[in-house]
Amino acid sequence: MNGADHEAEVEPRLLLIHFIRDVLGLTGTHIGCDTTSCGACTVLLGGKPVKSCTLFAVQVDEQELQTIEGLIENGQLHPLQEGFREEHGLQCGFCTPGMIMAAHALLKKNPHPSEQEIRRGISGNLCRCTGYQNIVKAVRYAADKIK
Amino acid sequence: MLQKTSAEVGGMGHSVKRKEDLRFVQGKGTYVDDVRLPRMVYGQMIRSPYAHAKITAIRTEAAKNHPGVLAVITGQDLEKAGLSWMPTLFHDKQMVLATGKVLFQSQEVAFVVAEDRYTAADAAELVEVEYEELPVLVNPHKALDADAPILRDDREEKTNQIFHWEVGDRHRTDQELQTAPVRAEVRAVFQRCHPAPLETCGCVADFNPATGRLTVWETSQAPHAHRTLFALVAGIPENNIRIIAPDIGGGFGNKVPIYPGYVCAVVASLQLGRPVKWIETRSENLQSTGFARDYHMTAEVAAEADGKVKALRVKTLADHGAFNAAAQPSKFPAGLFSVCTGSYDFSTAFCEVDGVYTNKAPGGIAYRCSFRVTEAAYLIERVMDVLAAELQIDPVDLRLKNFVPPDKFPYQSPLGWTYDSGNYQAAMNLALEKIGYRELRKEQKEKRERGELMGIGVSSFTEIVGAGPAHTFDIVGIKMFDSCEIRIHPTGKAIARMGTKAQGQGHETTFAQIIAQELGIPVADITVEEGDTDTAPYGLGTYASRSTPTAGAATAMASRKIREKAKKIAGHLLEVSAEDLEWEPGKFYVKGAPSKAKTIQEIAFAAYTNLPPDLEAGLEAVHYYDPPNLTFPFGTYICVLDIDKGTGEIKVRRFVAVDDCGNIINPMIVEGQIHGGLTEGLAIAFMQEIGYDESGNVQGGTFMDYLVPTAVETPNWETGKTCTPSPHHPLGAKGVGESPNVGSPAAFVNAVVDALSHLGVRHIDMPITPWKVWQILKEKGVAE
Repeated sequence: MNGADHEAEVEPRLLLIHFIRDVLGLTGTHIGCDTTSCGACTVLLGGKPVKSCTLFAVQVDEQELQTIEGLIENGQLHPLQEGFREEHGLQCGFCTPGMIMAAHALLKKNPHPSEQEIRRGISGNLCRCTGYQNIVKAVRYAADKIK
Repeated sequence: MLQKTSAEVGGMGHSVKRKEDLRFVQGKGTYVDDVRLPRMVYGQMIRSPYAHAKITAIRTEAAKNHPGVLAVITGQDLEKAGLSWMPTLFHDKQMVLATGKVLFQSQEVAFVVAEDRYTAADAAELVEVEYEELPVLVNPHKALDADAPILRDDREEKTNQIFHWEVGDRHRTDQELQTAPVRAEVRAVFQRCHPAPLETCGCVADFNPATGRLTVWETSQAPHAHRTLFALVAGIPENNIRIIAPDIGGGFGNKVPIYPGYVCAVVASLQLGRPVKWIETRSENLQSTGFARDYHMTAEVAAEADGKVKALRVKTLADHGAFNAAAQPSKFPAGLFSVCTGSYDFSTAFCEVDGVYTNKAPGGIAYRCSFRVTEAAYLIERVMDVLAAELQIDPVDLRLKNFVPPDKFPYQSPLGWTYDSGNYQAAMNLALEKIGYRELRKEQKEKRERGELMGIGVSSFTEIVGAGPAHTFDIVGIKMFDSCEIRIHPTGKAIARMGTKAQGQGHETTFAQIIAQELGIPVADITVEEGDTDTAPYGLGTYASRSTPTAGAATAMASRKIREKAKKIAGHLLEVSAEDLEWEPGKFYVKGAPSKAKTIQEIAFAAYTNLPPDLEAGLEAVHYYDPPNLTFPFGTYICVLDIDKGTGEIKVRRFVAVDDCGNIINPMIVEGQIHGGLTEGLAIAFMQEIGYDESGNVQGGTFMDYLVPTAVETPNWETGKTCTPSPHHPLGAKGVGESPNVGSPAAFVNAVVDALSHLGVRHIDMPITPWKVWQILKEKGVAE
């Protein structure tokens, strides 16, 4: 998890999101629904975005995970974190960690996405505050900065 | 006009980047579910599968004997403590846990507490409840029929009618409607929908038996009001209750009321002496807490042949579900619905509303609006379009003809409101110009000739926000003022606390900007805290776009009190009389000698180190602000859309929103709120509905069925602004968060109807789904 090894014994039915939040104590990843619809719980599994409410913790044994807490490097905000603040891509902040992780996966796969590609790339993540327009700008900001 | 501060100070009008974002973008916010206390246990609600049924037995033994289970609480247990019912925020009561019978699907029946959330969920399955089904009442139009089942047999009045409320001049309005040359009518349903903030409701209740203190971390938009209500209902001394509303993941009205889950968690914590966490699932959130609207409305307009409006008659049936849990503090059963004459100069009007009970979840709350204002704005903007179609007048021309003119403000509306200010023409003209209205009408004409469907929808809404003047608004008698306390530290930095509570609005930034504006202390040096009832001054919370009109005003007034004291200290330091001093943001200087000056930071230090003999030490102030009136933001929204004749799909091509919210604190935040509100308006117009089948089964009870827009369905919004400052607000500000949600549904619907108006379509109820449109296209013989 975020570059460090963790060992824990868990019930087979423990959801990955509860493992992340309750066992590892990483509460940056949130829970917004119970039907895999909202994407608030998005984390990266082997670099790919997954909704951690719909995986069991045991399914990710021996694999590499990244959450919002693992995005900051040497005390420097990731360009996506910076972009979300600069472009006002968040309001209540609840969807933000999942949204940033989804965008992170998108930019890894497609470093120069068009507006439509950004919109499709984050369409598994719901935001109730921003109307997405500034989130699109924030992702574009990060794409330009990473370039 | 307000004097503009430097960018470094960051007073009003600067797009200061938000202070709260640094923790949010790093996943370091603290939402309720992030609160973890030693020995904390988990609660799980057991809910009714039926909409109306007698409870014949509840068997809890198996659940109680399950390993890890600590308590199973039923309505009967609560009855012993006098807590099986609780008051709602509007003159009704609501079951906490059902006793005798259930009145809606997913109603709270029992509460299980266990060592962890999985065990609690397991144990919930072991609670056996026996039901005997009763006849179900879903359709509000049948609620008053003689053969309708009486739902609330706990009430003295044996009827499903909750209230009848009327306002205005019935007789004159009827007369005008009978004699007017032109009459237009619309019957419109504002569907039941749900705010669905991305974070659901929840709490952690922590009763400490050693101290007798109860601390509740709660998703509350109104923590102080909740503290007082807990004290009144549960009999706990108010000084022994501390409510902490931590970071909140969106509210939109959903988090104003007190819900049974909070009460159960508190009862369980009192019983066990351990912290109890209860967090709703999304399905529980959609099915049981905080629905909005369900207004079944008829509007009739009387007009002259040239389109000049004369009278408006509105009749509405309001479905409140099983309990009247309307979260609204006005003195009127239908809230501010009587603002339904909108932006138009009617000489007379009459409005009546009947509220009824049905077997649906209780409510309704004000979803991103003041109480029932979205319904009112939607109705008037719809019926104006119907009138325009009747008269074959362009809907823009009809509106321009009927706007309350700028010189009539303050304007007395026929239903009793005093609009503080407005310039509706200006907003309309800017919107027309930005979208290129006349060219679009030409394009539409050409497209129609080719058989293509394009629609243009206009909405020129008037909002009414900022509850409120104490004479009209209260919660259990507590007047709807709001507050601010500011403390300036010796080094010139500051902390400020308000009685409001942000859920994404950015108060930590905007309220700091108000202080920066008034005192010249840089925003970076000001900490704003809200939500902890032990530290914040008493206030009524954040909803109804009231934070800026009330707490924002209080912040300005408290700053001015500090400035008054600072002036005396500056006079002392500069050895001149205070009358000889001039202020510019950040310092006092001697008239005619600007180099002889003391900065606010120097003055702050002196407040603790070098005071004039007649002054108390310190530099602090508290202000409680009771606004003299509400504020009336307004705007014009124009939507352009195209309809696919093959699928009925609607594509919003452009949307221009011109808003006037008076003087702006932070333009970036205002624009962000407008984007968000428009997106919720889009959602309501086209997607969101909490429906019920005939048996009372909820149809929109999960995010699989209750559709909210993603980035793909949401268009780019174009915004613009005019500025008509509020004459009574100390900063000339008005509040804006809800305008886009109030004003936009009519623009979307008007655009769809406009696209189909040549086929004789005059109204379509929301949500306007592709299936609904395709059925109309097929009926009219134009589906491809």
